[in-house]
Amino acid sequence: MNIKISTPFDDAAIMALTAGQQVLLSGVIYTARDAAHKRLCDLIANKQPLPVDLKGAALYFVGPSPPKPGYVIGSAGPTTSYRMDAYSPILIEHTGLKAMIGKGNRSPEVQKSMQQYRCVYFAATGGAAALIAKSIVKCEVVCYEDLGPEAIHRLEVKDFPLLVAIDCHGNNLYKGEG
Amino acid sequence: MRYIEFKEIECAVSELCITAAYDLPADVLASMKKYRKEESSERAKMFLDQCLQNAAIAADERLPLCQDTGVAVYFVELGEDVKIRGGTIYDAINSGTARGYHESYLRKSIVDDPLFGRKNTGDNTPAVIHLEIVSGEQLKITLAPKGGGSENMSQIKMLTPQAGRAGVIDFVVKSIIEAGGNPCPPVIVGIGIGGSFEKAAYLAKKALLREVGSINPDPNYAELENEILKRVNATQVGPQGLGGDTTALAVHIEHFPCHIASLPTAVNLNCHAARHATVTL
Repeated sequence: MNIKISTPFDDAAIMALTAGQQVLLSGVIYTARDAAHKRLCDLIANKQPLPVDLKGAALYFVGPSPPKPGYVIGSAGPTTSYRMDAYSPILIEHTGLKAMIGKGNRSPEVQKSMQQYRCVYFAATGGAAALIAKSIVKCEVVCYEDLGPEAIHRLEVKDFPLLVAIDCHGNNLYKGEG
Repeated sequence: MRYIEFKEIECAVSELCITAAYDLPADVLASMKKYRKEESSERAKMFLDQCLQNAAIAADERLPLCQDTGVAVYFVELGEDVKIRGGTIYDAINSGTARGYHESYLRKSIVDDPLFGRKNTGDNTPAVIHLEIVSGEQLKITLAPKGGGSENMSQIKMLTPQAGRAGVIDFVVKSIIEAGGNPCPPVIVGIGIGGSFEKAAYLAKKALLREVGSINPDPNYAELENEILKRVNATQVGPQGLGGDTTALAVHIEHFPCHIASLPTAVNLNCHAARHATVTL
C-alpha cells in the first residue's frame, strides 16, 4: 500500500511516517552529493547564508547522468548515503532539513540527529535509475554548476517511489552492518 | 603482422561504452529473474521487480541502467602479431571512451587528482586499462564500467596459510555483512586468491567478468563458490540491504600460485547492474 506525500514537510508529517511504509513522493526536492554537502557545511561553519533554503525540504543524494534530447533528466538513482554522514547532522540541525533520500544505512550520529530534530530517511532503489527518472518532471541547476553532476539541482517529482527506511522514532530496517 | 587502425579501435571502444551502459547482460538478467522467482520476502520481490523493470526501460529507450556509468575499466588482450597504426592502444581506448561517454549521455565521474582539487576531467578519462599480450593477431577489448558505490565496499586482506579455506570464507562473508546495502545488492562477488597484494585485487576484478551461472572449471573452487554463495545468501542482507534471500547472484573465484608465506585474498563487489561488453577486432 503506497501512501502519497508531498514536500515541504513539517514535524507532524515526519512523525506520521514509520519505517517500512512505502510512499509516493511529489513536490520539489533538492539534490546534493559529497562535494555540495561540503560546501554547504563550510558556509554554515562560517556563518554565511546558504544558496538554497532547506527548511522543510528533502535532499536527494544523486548525481544524475546528462539528459538526452527530449528528456528532462538522465538516469537518476540514489548514491550511497554514508558518505554524507559527516555532514547530515549539521544540515539537519542548522537548516530545518526534514528528509533525506539515498541508499544504504546511516551512522548512529545521523540517526540520533534525525530523532532529535524530526527528520526521515527514505530509501530509493539503487540501480533503478532509468525507472526513477520517470518520476522526475522538471530539473534545473540551482548552484555549484562547476561541480558537474554534483551541482545542486531543483527537481520536481511526481509519485517518486520510496521506502521509509529509518524513521524519526528510532526504527531502522537495514540488515548487515554497512 | 596485422595492422589495426587507431580510428577503428576508437570507434569500437565508443560503441562498447554505449552497449555496456544501456544493456544489462543476458546472463545477469536471467539470474535476476531466477532469484526473483525463488525470493520469499515481499519487500525484496518489489526491489527485484524494480531492477527488472529498470533494465527493460534502459534497453528500450537507450538510457543508462544506472546514473553512475562508472570508471571505465578495460581488460585488453593484444595479439603479439598486431601493430596499431596511428597511435598507442592506450590513447585509442581513452579517445574512444571520451567519445562514447559524450555521445551517449553517460555521466562523467572521474576527477583529475584523488586528493588535491578533485576537478572533474569532463570526459570520464583516463580509463583504467589492463593490458595482456597474447599470441595471435587479434585484439580483444572488454569494458566493465564500475560504479563507485560497490567499488568502495571492496576489501583485500593478506591472510596467512593457516587461515585456509575457512579463513577465506569468513573474510568474504564478513565483507558482505559489513557492506550491507551500500554496494546495491544483489551483488556479484568477485574473489581473487593468491598471487601478490596487487595480483589478488586484479584477479578479483577479473572474476566479475565470468558469465553468471557458469561453473568454475576447477572442482575445488566450484565447490567453494557454491558454499560461499549459500553463506552469503543466508545472511539475509537482501536486495538493497533491506532484507531477503537474494544478497548475491553469483560468487566467482580466480586463483593464482603464491608465496609460501602468503594467502592474499581480495573481494571485489559488483552491484546488480553488472555491466560488461566485449569486442574482438
